[in-house]
Amino acid sequence: MPDVQSMVAEFVNKLRKRKIEGSQATAKCTVELLRSVISHQRVPHANQAAALIDAVKAVGQQLVAANPVELAVGNVVRRVLHIIREEDLSLTTAAMAGLDLLDASDDDDIDNCKGIGYPAMSAAVVAAAARSTLRPPSLQTLLEGTPESATVPYTSSSGADSESKSKSADKSSLTRKLKHDVIEGVNQLIQEISGCHEQIAEQAIEHIHQNEVILTLGSSRTVLEFLCAAKEKKRSFRVFVAEGAPRYQGHLLAKELVARGLQTTVITDSAVFAMISRVNMVIIGAHAVMANGGVIGPVGVNMAALAAKKHAVPFVVLAGSHKLCPLYPHNPEVLLNELRSPSELLDFGEFSDCLDFGAGSGSLQVVNPTFDYVPPNLVSLFITDTGGHNPSYMYRLIADYYSADDLVM
Amino acid sequence: MGAQKKGGGGARVSEDAEEQSHQRLQAILLADSFATKFRPVTLERPKVLLPIVNVPMIDYTLAWLEYAGIEEVFVFCCAHSIQIIEYLEKSEWYSHPNLVVRTIESHKSISAGDALRYMYEQQTETSQIQGDFVLVSGDTVSNMPLADLIQEHRERKKKDEKAIMTMVIKQSKSSSLTHQSRLGTDQLFIAVDPLTKQLLHYEEDKIDHPRGSVCLDKSLLESNPSVLVCNDMQDCYIDICSPEVLSLFEDNFDYQHLRRHFVKGVLVDDIMGYKIFTHEIHSSYAARIDNFRSYDTVSKDIIQRWTFPYVPDINFSGNRPLKLGRQGIYRACDVIQSRSADVGASSVIGYGTKIGDGDKILNSVIGNGCSIGSNVVIEGSYIWNNVTIEDGCEIRNAIVSDGVKIRAGAVLQPGVVLSFNVVVGRDFVVPAYSKVSLLQQPTTEDSDEELEYADSSSRTADHLSGLNLQMESKASELGPDGAGYIWEVCEGAHDEEWKHSVAPIPEDKLAEITQAIDDDDTDDESVVPTSGELKSDADSINTDMNDPNDDYYDFEKEVEGTVLRAVEENIKVDLVTLEINGLRLSYNMESADCAGATFYSMMKLAVDTPHNSASELYKNAASIITKWKELLGFYVKKIDEQIEVIMKFEEMCQESPKELGPLFTQILHLLYDKDVLQEDAILRWAEEKAGADEADKVYLKQCETFIQWLKEASEEEDEDDEDEEEDD
Repeated sequence: MPDVQSMVAEFVNKLRKRKIEGSQATAKCTVELLRSVISHQRVPHANQAAALIDAVKAVGQQLVAANPVELAVGNVVRRVLHIIREEDLSLTTAAMAGLDLLDASDDDDIDNCKGIGYPAMSAAVVAAAARSTLRPPSLQTLLEGTPESATVPYTSSSGADSESKSKSADKSSLTRKLKHDVIEGVNQLIQEISGCHEQIAEQAIEHIHQNEVILTLGSSRTVLEFLCAAKEKKRSFRVFVAEGAPRYQGHLLAKELVARGLQTTVITDSAVFAMISRVNMVIIGAHAVMANGGVIGPVGVNMAALAAKKHAVPFVVLAGSHKLCPLYPHNPEVLLNELRSPSELLDFGEFSDCLDFGAGSGSLQVVNPTFDYVPPNLVSLFITDTGGHNPSYMYRLIADYYSADDLVM
Repeated sequence: MGAQKKGGGGARVSEDAEEQSHQRLQAILLADSFATKFRPVTLERPKVLLPIVNVPMIDYTLAWLEYAGIEEVFVFCCAHSIQIIEYLEKSEWYSHPNLVVRTIESHKSISAGDALRYMYEQQTETSQIQGDFVLVSGDTVSNMPLADLIQEHRERKKKDEKAIMTMVIKQSKSSSLTHQSRLGTDQLFIAVDPLTKQLLHYEEDKIDHPRGSVCLDKSLLESNPSVLVCNDMQDCYIDICSPEVLSLFEDNFDYQHLRRHFVKGVLVDDIMGYKIFTHEIHSSYAARIDNFRSYDTVSKDIIQRWTFPYVPDINFSGNRPLKLGRQGIYRACDVIQSRSADVGASSVIGYGTKIGDGDKILNSVIGNGCSIGSNVVIEGSYIWNNVTIEDGCEIRNAIVSDGVKIRAGAVLQPGVVLSFNVVVGRDFVVPAYSKVSLLQQPTTEDSDEELEYADSSSRTADHLSGLNLQMESKASELGPDGAGYIWEVCEGAHDEEWKHSVAPIPEDKLAEITQAIDDDDTDDESVVPTSGELKSDADSINTDMNDPNDDYYDFEKEVEGTVLRAVEENIKVDLVTLEINGLRLSYNMESADCAGATFYSMMKLAVDTPHNSASELYKNAASIITKWKELLGFYVKKIDEQIEVIMKFEEMCQESPKELGPLFTQILHLLYDKDVLQEDAILRWAEEKAGADEADKVYLKQCETFIQWLKEASEEEDEDDEDEEEDD
């Protein structure tokens, strides 16, 4: 336990000091940390899920407070909470069904194969039913729900049948099972987060066509993989990279793109409007996607979105599912932004004579926001690891990933 | 190899090797400024615990050190050490996973030098400092990365044993009017070798110093192909030091101030040959809070986020983060603010603070738990915690410490500092630049600012015990219902009070300075050179030469005393040489000056010895010269130095023509015989003198025959040489 606590403290410290940057890296670290929290959490016999949820929530609150601007942390914590709730639900229903069955079959070991099939089916049905009571069925759950929920009870009951000799043993195994299943689910989440680039990049070929001109701003690994995936499929196209002042991460992206053999042009951020008429599509990576379909991205993105709208150029946002945030943006310019040091804009020494000498004259003020907010009406398409979506559909997608209970932590 | 390894032994060796390659990054943090600039506030609380934008200064320093990868910090506590240790124990620093904080207590230290000497003594017992360390004071606010810099220092040290320190500097233009940096310190002149970044000269411009002129040693220009002289640099007081620094402090017990004594001492001292290097930082921030003006400036820089991530809306040290709103207003979530109150740009308002109707707050920092009445104006001020301000007060550019009460209608004029728990009476106007405390001003005010208030901790206790009585009887200095003493400003400092205060420099002062500069410009038409330019005017050099002459006179006196004592007590030549060397270093003299002074004192001794005739005097002189020629010989190794001796002698003869005058040739001959002087020196002197006025040639003429003889001798020798060559 102290081991986990020190890990949490260390990660909180990193988040606080802004030592860790980028939503994917943060998301990954968070989910790995939560996995060890879950695996070290001792679970009581009664109400195991609640204990796990409380533990995760406690850690999650610390993490979110450490850097409220990094929304990925909150997203991942909520995802993990959602996983716990889902597993708990499917397990209890499976157990109820399984107990009935055990009474009927009277310790019949040979009946195992039958035992797997029946409770699994019933669990899936009950789980699906329970889920549909939690929230109205969405397109996603209708299409993908059945196979997904079928796999979960299968793994759980396979662990169960070997130890289902007596009821007490069954109870302890249930405890372990829940934890085991949750960790399994968290592992899937880790895979999902680390695999989201490939998932998104796979769709590149459908969106980028021959001889197109693509504009991007700032640097995003998702965008890089996306463009390169199209390139690998023998599409030839040109990329304009807006440099993304003041951090100039666009320069790094341009370097990478050229190294991978793409035709790349670097432009200043202020040239975006001038260039937009030649551009066929704007592709950017998001920092976070809000529940209303609004996007938080690197500073300057709103300007590019407005330019794209003016010239009716599709504005496409790439976002892994860990970037989908169940919150609505209230006052996004201030509350969800971070003002960084002005030294990124100008040299302190050079301007030190303008910075209040105590002479009482006005002093120079510098504002250096990190993020920009793009309202949903400027976004044409979201590409996530599950496919392309309309901004107005985002809230449904988000409802799939999070439980309503966890929105406020 | 494998056969020889025996389990643990081999492992230990490899561990040691690893340890050597990865030294723990250590830092010494001086939690005491060893200055009195923050009085009277520092009488009751150590400076490092004073809040800057509602967080104690030491937290900024520790958070930065931790962020920069320092693993172990030694916090050196002196004044109010108990408070500092208590604070650290309560804070999260003691239990920090990545940073080990250790406190070292010493009440005797009255300067940074003492502190480091104490560290050195501890060092011999515990050897805590294992390698290079970072030396900072606890009032540093910075976000610069250190790991690379330490690496750079280590590599330089590996190449050059003598590179013992790397000093961090940052460009910051100083005001052209007041010659004062943004931080309120004096303008800094440094000379750096642009290639190696070695520090060659360091000078803090004193106000009375002739403005804009800087005096460089000529030898600097000789030994370095290029020298960069800057006046737009700010010393960040962040040093990467090698362990030698500690031992240097131990060896030189008179080093007190890190810059004035240590850095200058190392630069002047060419015996050990230690070098100091500089490192300029560009994008990151570093500043030290040295006085009230820098308190103001650094606060503003923090609010303007130059110190990111050490800004009020980020929880960097266990502080409760504030919410940042538009226009750079930081506000705690539970602030109770009246609708009619106007909180302007760049303000900070802490937890649990109440702001009444019609208040105007601009450019100010207000701490936790304050209550502010209605129609109060607060501008450019720093209000700490739990302050009560009643209705209708006006506070401009002031610092108000914890627990102060300001009664209705009171006015604080610019530059006021109120120490803890002071009460300002109803409608009382606190005059500008006054410092108010519940404690009386120490009567034995040390004019020397180096002296720290270390001893005053006990005094403070005395004061506090007798405080209640004093308050009853004599507390009307701040109005009938007020409590506190207005400190008197010491005479000399009165003019400079405005320079170091939180208040902006008043218009009339600025106008005065501008006027003064304009006048000066019409007088000598010289303009203050900007950075990188060297002033080549002859007059500036001449004016600078005056000082060395005075110095030389003192030096001569000292040497004379030393030699006299040496003769009387019959001290060994070696020891006398050592002593004179010491004098030479402290007066920054050339070896030729030593030769002149030594010879002067020897001759003076001879003259002063009772004698009746010229021949007796000659005998005296001869015996002294014979006896002490080794001493003289030590300094007259070069021709130049020998010429200096002859000139000095000539000068003396001119001063006392009756006694020494007739003996000039004889003594010169004697010196030649005793190998103190070489013939080249005498001949060169003769050549130089040949062109002089008739009056100056008296002694040249006197020894004409001797010189003639010398010339012939040397010619003969030359001929001999030639003959020999021909023979070959």
